[in-house]
This record gives sequence, structure tokens and C-alpha cells, in this order.
Amino acid sequence: MKLETVINFTHHQAAHCENGVVSNLMKHNGFSISEPMVFGIGSGLLFCYIPFLKVNHAPVITYRALPGHIFKKFAKRTGVKMKREKFRNPKDAKARLDENLEKNNPVGLQVGVYNLVYFPDEYRFHFNAHNMVVYGKEGNRYLISDPVMENVTSLSEKELEKVRFAKGAFAPKGHMYYPIAFPEKLELEKAIVSGIKDTCRAMLAPVPVVGVRGIHKIAGLIRKWPKQKGIKTANHYLGQVVRMQEEIGTGGGGFRYIYAAFLQEAGKLIDNEKLIELSKEMTEIGDLWRDFALEASRIYKNRSAQTDSYNKVADQLDHIADLEKVFFKKLKKAI
Amino acid sequence: MKKKEVPQDKSNLESANFRELCYAVDENGEYTTENSSGWEPKTVALNNAIEEINERIADAKTRVITGKTSPIEYFMELHKMDVGILASYVNFWQWKVKRHFKPSVFKKLSNKTLQKYADVFEISVEELKSIGQ
Repeated sequence: MKLETVINFTHHQAAHCENGVVSNLMKHNGFSISEPMVFGIGSGLLFCYIPFLKVNHAPVITYRALPGHIFKKFAKRTGVKMKREKFRNPKDAKARLDENLEKNNPVGLQVGVYNLVYFPDEYRFHFNAHNMVVYGKEGNRYLISDPVMENVTSLSEKELEKVRFAKGAFAPKGHMYYPIAFPEKLELEKAIVSGIKDTCRAMLAPVPVVGVRGIHKIAGLIRKWPKQKGIKTANHYLGQVVRMQEEIGTGGGGFRYIYAAFLQEAGKLIDNEKLIELSKEMTEIGDLWRDFALEASRIYKNRSAQTDSYNKVADQLDHIADLEKVFFKKLKKAI
Repeated sequence: MKKKEVPQDKSNLESANFRELCYAVDENGEYTTENSSGWEPKTVALNNAIEEINERIADAKTRVITGKTSPIEYFMELHKMDVGILASYVNFWQWKVKRHFKPSVFKKLSNKTLQKYADVFEISVEELKSIGQ
């Protein structure tokens, strides 16, 4: 049987895929929740250096919570019930997807990026925590709303199966999710407060690789790289730091701007002037992250690096870490 | 970042005809979004990363031709994989994949095993064997 179904689904572009899918699915179900709101309530902001792991032969830093966590925390804190399914067999995964589309239910999917044919080649890496919404099927093509894209797109049955069953770290295993029950009224205030508290706790955690201490840790590593690894590798590593910070999905400044947007919106919503003030401060910190990226790019662009220039960007990071330490302490007190 | 400062540099996004979304403040300090066509510091980082991958591919090819490794390593690099990713695609242990990098071991691989690799790389077994000959 050929399925012909197009669900009346409105695509809104987002900076980041996970927030974007949640925000779009909420809007589809009649709840106007912005992307920054999802990100803030889901405690998306983070800084974490993951030791021992290498991606593209360089160290891994993340500026956000682990894939799936934003979504899980958002659902829990707002009282939205989500159904999540994973599959062993691609056939079952496809059948369940078709079933949902027939019931007029758009679903979120976790997919791998490497085989996403509509992405520019240069962006196709083995990264398995991308998210999209499927909102219909025409002939043998699935209609796709990918939040980072400006417009909707489509994938053939085979192409979709490939990205749903990509292998490697965070393999999606056909992971599909959608909301099944909503509270009568979303209690945003409580959700905002627990979201902020959780973020402050993570950023100020007494763990050497997480939050503010993680930023100092990376600054320390950057100082060592040129001597320890040679200029070429040091530049490759530094490039990866900037890419993690500024790559598509971050909204700029390692998610700091999205977070500032959340604080502003939350401050207005729960009538808390302090959050609005802190939003401005977070924007300024975001600008410093951008400055760091710019300065770092001067190093790996010219390849004429002196140890001095590495120390300079490391100083910038240490400064940011000091500011964020003060910032999150203030934020904790503001709610 | 101010809305009018959202960078509009040339980047690799152009080829796919899309612009990414950034968050920035307008003249009144209100948060809003703006599309960006790209930002040079990250385009340079991405281009360097791609150059690095191309060097790895070229290096692997040379080593296949000089008999130091098998074509499997070359195709792995070509597909931007590492041993861990390739191992999970073919469903072998990592040490086994590494063993298949040895030209002497590669020569004796069964057709079934070769087919597994060929399927992952989306080529025929003949194409898989033809590199380096």
C-alpha cells in the first residue's frame, strides 16, 4: 500500500535541532513555546570537556547537554508525556512511522548526519544526534521538517532508513518520539525555576572537566598543545574547539545567545527584572566567546603561531570562566 | 551580538542554498533571530578540518599503493570514518578491522567479508580490490 498523507504542519527554522523539534511539535499541538524556552527549561546550556574521547582525531568539547537530555528534562518539567521508541529492525521502524503518519501524527526522529543528502557535503560528518520531524509522505518520499534548514525538504524511503540506522557513537537505532499527553495548562514558572537551578548547578559543579572548571581546564590544555603536540596538531585541535562552539545549531557564541534570549523571555513571563538584567550580561559573555573564536581563527588561519598567541587565547578563556562563575552564582540567587 | 552584526560571510552553506539561524538583540535590546550566510572564523576551521581529512585520504592511498595497508583503510578515510565507526558498520571488533588493514590478511579475506565492507562503502568488491593495483 502506498501511503499518501500530508499533515498540516508548520515548519519554523531553529538554531538547534533538538530544541527546534520540541518547539515545533509543541506549536503543532497548540502550545506556543519558543526555541529558547525549550533550551532553558531543558537546561541545555553546559560546558564539558570529554576526556579520552576523540572525534575527527581531535578532543571533544560540548557546549550543550547530552543529546536527548534537553528534550527529556523539558518534558518532565512541563508535565508533557512523551512516547519514545527504538527499533532493532528497520522494517518495524518504518511500519511504526507510517502508522503514525496515517494517524495524522507528526513524529520526531533522531538521525545521523553523514547520509543526510540535503546537507552540504562539507557538513556531513558521522554525528548521530541530529533531530528532525517527519510530517507526511508522498509516493515513496517522506516529508521532512529539519529545524536547522530554512525550508522543508524530503527523503526517499531508503535515504531515511539509512540516517535512522546510522552506526557509531550515539547510534539512533531508529529512535522516534512524539508527545502523547499534555497537562491542561503548562506550568512554566516552576519549570523555568528548576531549569535555571539545574544549569547553575552544572556550570558550578565541582568536577574538573565540567562547567566553569572545564573552561579553565581547556585553557590550560591550549597552553600546552603547541609544545606537546606540535603546531599543526595544536591548530587542528583549536579549530575543533571553535567548530564545536560556533557550528550550526549553537545560535552563536556556544549557545550563550540562545540562553540570553531564554533569560529575557523568562524574566518577562514570570516578572523577574533580575533575569532580564542577567540576560544582558549573558549576551556580553557570548560576545567574549565570539572574540575568542575570532582570535583563535587568526592562529589557525596563518599557521604562523607563536606560543604567545596560544597563551593569549587561553587567557581569554580563563577570563570568560571567571565571568561565568560570577554570573551563575548571581543567577542562582536571582530565582 | 547585535542583529546588524550577525555575520554574512561567504561559506560552504551556499552550495546547499541555506542560511543558519542566529540569536541577536535588536536596537531596543530585545532578542530576535537573524539568518547568517556564514562566519569566516568557522569557515576557516571547517576548511582546515576538510584539508586534514584530504591529507589523511591521500596518505592512506600512498600506503595502499606501497603495500603498507589495505584498501579498507583508504575507503575508511574517504568516508570520514575512524576504526570505531567502521567496526560498528561492519559489525566486527575493532581489532579485527585493524587486522584487515594488513595487505597479507586482506588478500585472504572471503568474498562474504569483502562484500560487507563494499556494502558499507557503497562500491563493488572489484572496486574495493582495485585500489593499489
